Amino acid sequence: MLLTIFAMLTVAGAVAAMSLRSLVHSVLALTVAFAGLAAVYLQLGAQFVGLAQILVYVGAVAILIVFAVLLTRDTGATPRASISHSWMGSGVAVLAIFGTLAWAIHHSAASQRTAVSEPAASMQQIGNALMLQFALPLEIIGLLLTAALIGAVTIAVREKKEAR
Amino acid sequence: MTPLANCLLLSALLFSVGLAGALMRRNAILVLIGIELMLNAANLNFIAFWRYGPNPEALTGMMFVIFSIGVAAAEAAVGLALIISLYRHIKTTNIDEVDSMRG
Amino acid sequence: MGETADQIFVIVQHWLVGHAPAALRSTLSPLLSVVAILGVFALLFAVTTVLERKGLGRIQNRYGPNRVGPFGFLQPIADGIKSLTKEDIVPQAADKAVHFLAPVVLVLAAFSLYAVLPIGRNMVLANLDAGVLFFFAVSSVMELTIFMAGWSSRNKYSLLGAMRAIAQMISYEVPLILASVTVIMAAGSLSTVTIVERQAGYIGILPHWFVFTPWGFAGFVIFMIAATAESNRSPFDLPEGESEIIAGYYTEYSGFKFALFFLGEYLGMFAISGLGITLFLGGWGAPLSFLTWVPSYLWFFSKLLTMIVVFIWVRGTLPRLRMDQLMNFAWRFMLPMALLNLVTAGTWHFLPQGVLRWIVCGLLVIVPYVLLGRGLMQGWKLEKRVYRFAE
Repeated sequence: MLLTIFAMLTVAGAVAAMSLRSLVHSVLALTVAFAGLAAVYLQLGAQFVGLAQILVYVGAVAILIVFAVLLTRDTGATPRASISHSWMGSGVAVLAIFGTLAWAIHHSAASQRTAVSEPAASMQQIGNALMLQFALPLEIIGLLLTAALIGAVTIAVREKKEAR
Repeated sequence: MTPLANCLLLSALLFSVGLAGALMRRNAILVLIGIELMLNAANLNFIAFWRYGPNPEALTGMMFVIFSIGVAAAEAAVGLALIISLYRHIKTTNIDEVDSMRG
Repeated sequence: MGETADQIFVIVQHWLVGHAPAALRSTLSPLLSVVAILGVFALLFAVTTVLERKGLGRIQNRYGPNRVGPFGFLQPIADGIKSLTKEDIVPQAADKAVHFLAPVVLVLAAFSLYAVLPIGRNMVLANLDAGVLFFFAVSSVMELTIFMAGWSSRNKYSLLGAMRAIAQMISYEVPLILASVTVIMAAGSLSTVTIVERQAGYIGILPHWFVFTPWGFAGFVIFMIAATAESNRSPFDLPEGESEIIAGYYTEYSGFKFALFFLGEYLGMFAISGLGITLFLGGWGAPLSFLTWVPSYLWFFSKLLTMIVVFIWVRGTLPRLRMDQLMNFAWRFMLPMALLNLVTAGTWHFLPQGVLRWIVCGLLVIVPYVLLGRGLMQGWKLEKRVYRFAE
């Protein structure tokens, strides 16, 4: 019941994010979608992932997108179409993809499985898994985040002009 | 329908919405938002299979999602840096106008 | 007797919940805790406003408000009536929905921070397994509401203030979280209740709170400086600097919405002080072993009041930092100190107990502090001012 409400909130946020005209409203609707998704994760019992979703997506990615929106403001002088001219073809393709996915879900063996009891994922277990089994991915993601940080700063830095 | 099928359907729906936005909107930042929605849909898929799947004690689904969230944040940062850098050259974020290889 | 006084609120809550039918009990019990938190911390907010105004007044050699009630202590009532009856002005070009939602979401997020703070023995609203992570996740939602407030006012100064505030808050979130990670490492758990319990024993008469270790002390100082910056309080209050850009991101808010912003900011300040107390100062534990007969919630609130007084004192004493000084401080001083603090905490854990580990960890904290301080001050020389214009 609660899961249904959060799911509808997430889908509403996602649809609003993709169809609103104003960019900042779109980002705020995306934030609602992220928060709804975090609530879904919490309902499913994945506490760490739900809270990490709020911390990273709502607290960092949404703010990053907001900054980018503010730094690339359109002057609004020339009117531009906000929807591509090939929207019908894209729409048909997306509907086909969704239909295929829904059909596959409906007829797959995995969805015949009935509910199992809630698995326990305590912080202790997650910490152990990260340090023992998944130590290599942890180090690689540290390296990846450092590389992304340096890369983003290098791309976005303004070239130094001489002082006026 | 079983709970697993419900979650997978929600994930497929989010994926389609993100894909539709990424294909149909012309602003580069909205395309990036669509990509983020697709990544989130995939994360939901993993969590659904972790919760209702055969071996939840292995925590594999959860671990994958943790790393996926990290990678998505890094990719959003780099993508937005590229968009800002492009904007400085072309003064627009409409991807229809980025159609020449020179400059 | 001491036990009853300590657990009086828990006993009262159980007695009240016992009157309800069994089906409603699981919702009624947290609901009572929520009502209690709302009442207590709103009252604390009212007391703090008048305490701050009088305290700042005394530091600045003037009386604070002293007309309403004895020594001006009923001033919050007058302020409340004023803010409720003032006209609510919304700019014509403002984005109405976002303009309305910003203070509401801020206060919602600020109140939900108290769910994981243990206010006394057995007195936490939600004993989450990942309590500290919940706290940081919700406090990062508050940054987005500041952007909503600044952008929806359609005012250049509001937007500028909002962007400065967000840049400051995300910069100082990193040392804040790193300082908390040292405590999490030492306590072995993300749950706030476990962290308080780990600091519960006494060596002789002194407690072994985490603040009484070299890494704990450095971590506490880093945490408190970052907390001051997170709550946009002086000396880090450039985003809302009253003499710089009027009121920054809440310039266009009047009446009750302004009061809500005020409430949200102060609640955030109390909550992050509460987290600092939980992580470093032993939560609801008594400072000396023969004082444990005093109820635990009284210790929590006295520590919280002490930290509020220190915040007010710092506000009245130190001048405001400029934006680039603030960012330099965060990234080039606080972040390396926080990372070295992690190393120090690890070293403390693995060295055997005794004088050696005090000396080693003390040096690991003091030497980088001195070197970094000197290193950062070397680049300061007066040069001809270079102007860069916006493009």
